[in-house]
Amino acid sequence: MIVSKDVTAMTASAPAMTSRLHAADVTIGYDRRVISERLDVRIPDGSFTVIVGPNACGKSTLLRSLARLLKPADGEVLLDGRAIAAMPAKALARQVGLLPQTSLAPDGIVVADLVSRGRYPHQGLIRQWSVDDARAVAAALAATNTTELSARLVDELSGGQRQRVWVAMALAQETPILLLDEPTTFLDIAHQIELLELFRRLHKEGRTLVAVLHDLNHAARYATHIIAMKDGQVVAEGEPKDIVTAGLVREVFGLDCVVVPDPVAGSPLVVPLGSATLS
Amino acid sequence: MTVDFGYRTLAVQRRGWSGIASLRAALVTLALAAATVIGVVVSISTGTYDIPLDEVVGGLLGTADGGTVLVVREWRMPRALLATLLGVALGMSGAIFQSLTRNPLGSPDVIGFSSGSYTGALIVILVTGGGYYAVAAGALVGGVVTALVVFVLAYRRGVQGFRLIIVGIGVSALLAASNTYLMLRATVEEQLTAGVWGSGSLNGLSIAELVPVALVMLVLVPAVLTLSPALRVLELGDDAAGSLGSRPTSIRLAAIVLGVALVALVTAAAGPIAFIALVAPQIARRLTRSAGVGLIAAGVTGALLLVISDFLAQRLFAPLQLPVGIVTVSVGGVYFVWLLVRETRRR
Repeated sequence: MIVSKDVTAMTASAPAMTSRLHAADVTIGYDRRVISERLDVRIPDGSFTVIVGPNACGKSTLLRSLARLLKPADGEVLLDGRAIAAMPAKALARQVGLLPQTSLAPDGIVVADLVSRGRYPHQGLIRQWSVDDARAVAAALAATNTTELSARLVDELSGGQRQRVWVAMALAQETPILLLDEPTTFLDIAHQIELLELFRRLHKEGRTLVAVLHDLNHAARYATHIIAMKDGQVVAEGEPKDIVTAGLVREVFGLDCVVVPDPVAGSPLVVPLGSATLS
Repeated sequence: MTVDFGYRTLAVQRRGWSGIASLRAALVTLALAAATVIGVVVSISTGTYDIPLDEVVGGLLGTADGGTVLVVREWRMPRALLATLLGVALGMSGAIFQSLTRNPLGSPDVIGFSSGSYTGALIVILVTGGGYYAVAAGALVGGVVTALVVFVLAYRRGVQGFRLIIVGIGVSALLAASNTYLMLRATVEEQLTAGVWGSGSLNGLSIAELVPVALVMLVLVPAVLTLSPALRVLELGDDAAGSLGSRPTSIRLAAIVLGVALVALVTAAAGPIAFIALVAPQIARRLTRSAGVGLIAAGVTGALLLVISDFLAQRLFAPLQLPVGIVTVSVGGVYFVWLLVRETRRR
């Protein structure tokens, strides 16, 4: 069993880390209810960052403020040192994309039409379907394995297929930074893994990914950088092997567990104790 | 590289300007536009006395005899063109509200416009006794103020389509009650004036009404078309729209302002013409088989519907002239029954 340590001391500080996207000292919340106060988060460039934490810990609000869907009450979210609030909306949307938790597909829309709407930030009034648009949509369909589905109605797809189509829409946006808000929720385990493998591939191709995930083991296995949050604050961040410990899980989730090496990937594997005991 | 949409497409890919549309949608829209032109020509050539086709052209060009030129240029042509323009306005306005509310029953009425404009018109009729421009102004103010009130009441960190519908129903019900009260206080003549205005009619409209309507449309239609790509993205939900570089709240506000302006124009010019805004986008959607509601297709469908309706209003019981609103309500009723039957069968 791994001995509990002071987790805040483990917050990794890689000296050479560069970060384009930076939530600088932000206070975020809805109306007057503050969720995070004076939060400072840097997303390492080229990382697959996963934000974990209990329900209502502020991980989705953080992600939403990074995408400018939520304006911080105080502080600024910076991209390359510029406040994103001051950037033209389409210019930001060419750099940072988001796969929202809930999206709506218009009635009777086919996959290709939906994915092509991801090109909006690249289009203008008289530039509605350039060669680049067609290429990006075809590439996004290919990357998500949805090329065969392109002529199908979105309403007729299975949950796993539909989620891949929404990922394709976000990919068609061709942003170097892609935010994913609970992308695997509501999917069965096979589709969850399929999607996570897709994200790993996208990350290997050079994108910076930031995902909110509920499953700690998925986070530990796929992330290159984990941000653990509780009560609107960052409790620990760093590489999974450094920070996913029984002590952290206890502090963040209030759950007793053992952490063992994942027999397949070697990453930390969280096994809850519950009321079960080894006989 | 080509993308398979499952339907044939029409794409232009030049440097600088490019676009894509479903081939079917393009052809259907063209066919509807052609049918509208035919409807306009037929409307001009038939009436108390019929004008043969070549004389219609002569009347337009001014080469026919004086009587024909007068009838064509001053009376029938302006009326048929007004039907076309107001039909476009209604169809586009309906498409805007159906796109915003994501509901096939969405129409400018959801924001209380028609009840409000009726209240405005009634008050003007009760106070001043009527007059075309006074009633038009009253309807305009009543409708716009009501829309504004509904928008403000529904506002809470932006405006959602559903909240807009609920608040709109509530405010409309309140106004309907006050309209009834106003009618009960009115004299028989005032009630008659209100009744005639309230059924929506193109009777007696001429070039004097056509010119201002055409000028306003010249401003509104390009503005609406400019908004079209943003509306398509907004249909994916606020979060998706926001992360794609649209600004949902401002886009929705702009769309509501334009949608209300379009229907306000119609109400001011001809009184409330019901149902076109409701049915045109849905008919267009079914004919073009496209996703969401297309603004251009809905506008052209609206034009065709209103031109046909006004033709019927003039000819059905000739020489008795019906208000076109009565025809559109009947057509709309039939459409509703069809829609309900179809939806229940599907379940």
